Amino acid sequence: MAAVFEQARPGEASVGGAFLFKDVGSVRIVTPEVFTEEQRLYLKTALQFSEEQVLPRAERIEAKDDALLKELLRRAGELGLLMVDIPEAHGGLGLDKTTSLLIAEAMSQLGSWSVTFGAHTGIGTLPIVWFGDEAQKRKYLPKLATGELIAAYALTEQGSGSDALGARTKAELSEDGKEWVLNGSKLYITNAAFADVFVVFAKVDGDKFTGFIVERDTPGFTVGPEEHKMGIRGSSTCPLYFEDARIPRENLLGEVGRGHKIAFNILNYGRLKLGAGVLGGMKLSLRNALHFAQERKQFGTPISRFPLIREKLARMATLVYAVESMTYRTAGLVDAALAGADRSAEDYDAKVIAAIEEYAIESSIMKVYGSEALGFLVDDAVQIHGGAGYIEEYPVERAYRDARINRIFEGTNEINRMLIAGMLLKRTMKGTLPLFEVAQAVDEDLVAGRLPKARVEDELAAEEQAAENLKRLAIYTLKVAAETFGAELEQRQVVLATVADVVMDAYALDSMVTRTRQAAGEGRLDEARVAMARLCAMEANARSFERARRALCATVRGEVLKGHLEKVAPLELFTPYDPSELRETVLAAVEKAGGYPFSAV
Amino acid sequence: MVDVPVSCRSREYPLFKEKDVKILVTAKRVEDPESKIKVKPDGSDIVREGLKYKINPFDEIGVEEGLRLVAKHGGEVVVVSIGGKEVQEQLRHALAMGAQRAVWVNHTGALDQMGVAGLLQKVVEKEKPDLVVLGKQSIDDDQNQVGQYLAEYLGWGQATFASKVESLESEQEKSKTPALQVGADGKTVQVVREVDNGLATLECQLPAVVTTDLRLNLPRYASLPGIMKAKSKPIEELTPEKLGVDVTPKVQVVKLASPPERKAGIKVPDVATLVDKLRNEAKVV
Repeated sequence: MAAVFEQARPGEASVGGAFLFKDVGSVRIVTPEVFTEEQRLYLKTALQFSEEQVLPRAERIEAKDDALLKELLRRAGELGLLMVDIPEAHGGLGLDKTTSLLIAEAMSQLGSWSVTFGAHTGIGTLPIVWFGDEAQKRKYLPKLATGELIAAYALTEQGSGSDALGARTKAELSEDGKEWVLNGSKLYITNAAFADVFVVFAKVDGDKFTGFIVERDTPGFTVGPEEHKMGIRGSSTCPLYFEDARIPRENLLGEVGRGHKIAFNILNYGRLKLGAGVLGGMKLSLRNALHFAQERKQFGTPISRFPLIREKLARMATLVYAVESMTYRTAGLVDAALAGADRSAEDYDAKVIAAIEEYAIESSIMKVYGSEALGFLVDDAVQIHGGAGYIEEYPVERAYRDARINRIFEGTNEINRMLIAGMLLKRTMKGTLPLFEVAQAVDEDLVAGRLPKARVEDELAAEEQAAENLKRLAIYTLKVAAETFGAELEQRQVVLATVADVVMDAYALDSMVTRTRQAAGEGRLDEARVAMARLCAMEANARSFERARRALCATVRGEVLKGHLEKVAPLELFTPYDPSELRETVLAAVEKAGGYPFSAV
Repeated sequence: MVDVPVSCRSREYPLFKEKDVKILVTAKRVEDPESKIKVKPDGSDIVREGLKYKINPFDEIGVEEGLRLVAKHGGEVVVVSIGGKEVQEQLRHALAMGAQRAVWVNHTGALDQMGVAGLLQKVVEKEKPDLVVLGKQSIDDDQNQVGQYLAEYLGWGQATFASKVESLESEQEKSKTPALQVGADGKTVQVVREVDNGLATLECQLPAVVTTDLRLNLPRYASLPGIMKAKSKPIEELTPEKLGVDVTPKVQVVKLASPPERKAGIKVPDVATLVDKLRNEAKVV
């Protein structure tokens, strides 16, 4: 398949979405095993901060102690944890995206803190980093870097959530031309209760979507009452009201009518980060569930010895390995695209934005797969806790509630599924991805009865083949849908989402196989990693073919349908394993480590 | 509370700076206390596979105290560790906390407390610090000997188990004030140490050896800017040969064994039985 890809796009090895068209392991990926010494130290500091400063104060945080959150942000600032994405010239550290993500991972052990931290450092601060003018950067960034000022981001409105550009908040220049006058309201704004600086989107002249910087004490600007949420209860979420709120003319962020560039690029990065932003919580819930299962005795036996509990623990560890492998692979892709770029150059921010946008497909995968993996994991964690899992005293009860928002914000998972398939098609049309050329080659192979062969004949050869088969299945199904529906495909949300699911499983399996091989170097593959890749392959194979069949059924009918189903059937060939054996191999490593065994530190 | 200034005798040692203090601190690599430690079946060692390591927490307190003294008086903190190249991790940690430079004594063989103190003695003679601060013990084998041996080898005064009067929640601690008091003339150090019936204050002539107890301070985190700066700080490599120290151990580890598992307790029906058992079986009343 790589040959077709290289032929179609010679020299473009590092194109976003290219993984779908390239062989497993054809490029080296970044994994926690190859973090630099500095990155490990950053991670240690961040974890230490979370475990010693944040988690012990969870109860106070959950009781909405805003002063405590501000104090914690300030302490995080002292340690440089807020400085990662801010350039050195403006009081930050200007570090790589891998570092930014591993900090996000460490901060995600407590949902309320994670969201507070993320809203400040990510969606709150980054618009100014990327789109602010020199004066705005100088005014705000050094103080945002230390936590002296706290940031928030206001995009959503009552009538516009997923349809972000449908905002109704208005901005117009005052008669003397010195001020922008804002009118309207915003909804569900994180950090609103105590933020000092708000990035607000409003329409100029009725249709020009535009970003602004609004300071807290702006006359005419008020923050409404706290929402009472299902989870992340410690984080602040309020509406904002603008009634002839007057801000200086120079508080325009970027250009009039270019607000969508800010909003979408911030969202791209937020999605990528969300993969990391669930990992800390996943690992903690796995650890808590394991410890509980080892302590809790029923019928005179610790429940951790019962196969049905062990099955859950193995599944949880496998989900962590999948998300972790994809997350740092994607971060590494963005960093690789920026390697060698001059960080002090004027166009550096533009390059960062472009690099993140390039991997928007992978970022949306991280958002959907990460949030859903977290959901499955906390569900298992509650179940392992039994009745105790339903009691507030146990952290898993909170983790379960906190997990739910991740499938909703940063673009709902529905929107992101549409984006995954949609961007594959869009880039195919633009000519940067070779969907149709490769689909043609896949078709020919299927007609000729040729199946992909593993490049490496090791214990993961079958999983490598399974990943290749999933890619072919996704490509084939998407092609059939595109040919059948043409421009109307955009309306076929269920078909697109189904293809997105297959694409996600392919990325997960590809990343796990590649990482496991890389981690072994020249040596033997680690048994527990192999077992996790196999568990993932079994699941992915079974559900992806079921999904693809449904997508084809929703696309074509009768003999044509039969023809397609028969054609893709050989791709499904995968000899399953005894899952109980795999489970025991995974669990041996998990029990030895007292939790997830493959973290960087 | 006892508060008795005791003067420690110390051999004359020229202080090379007027006000600045030069402090040598140690950073031993030890097993993370949260790792599960298991003894190998043959008792020759512990199972090292999969273990996590960190800087000895008592040493970390020493690094922190050194940094606070230097922040107050000026000077420099030099951190030293002995071991294979993996101990550079602990040196980097101390450098990231703020130490100015590091000395790495590259040695991978067995070492006993005399060997460690002998190597440190030579490093001290080379570096000529005003003060050596070590953890009172390392949490791996908890011997609590190196500081004392080192002071003896150097012929310096020593103040072990340095603690302080203020609590770790005090304002004094929050403002990162050093607990060790270097005299105005830079020739002495006052050390509060925990003794059985309270706190004793010692005054030592400098140079001196101080070992740290748990309640001396709360060590700072390695900040991200600190970690970045640490990257370019120098680590000097030495070896026992270069230092001219014969480190052949005089103490040999014969065998390691896990402590015997505690037997389960029993329930007694009433107080009388309890008293009877305490008197006749345990023989404690």
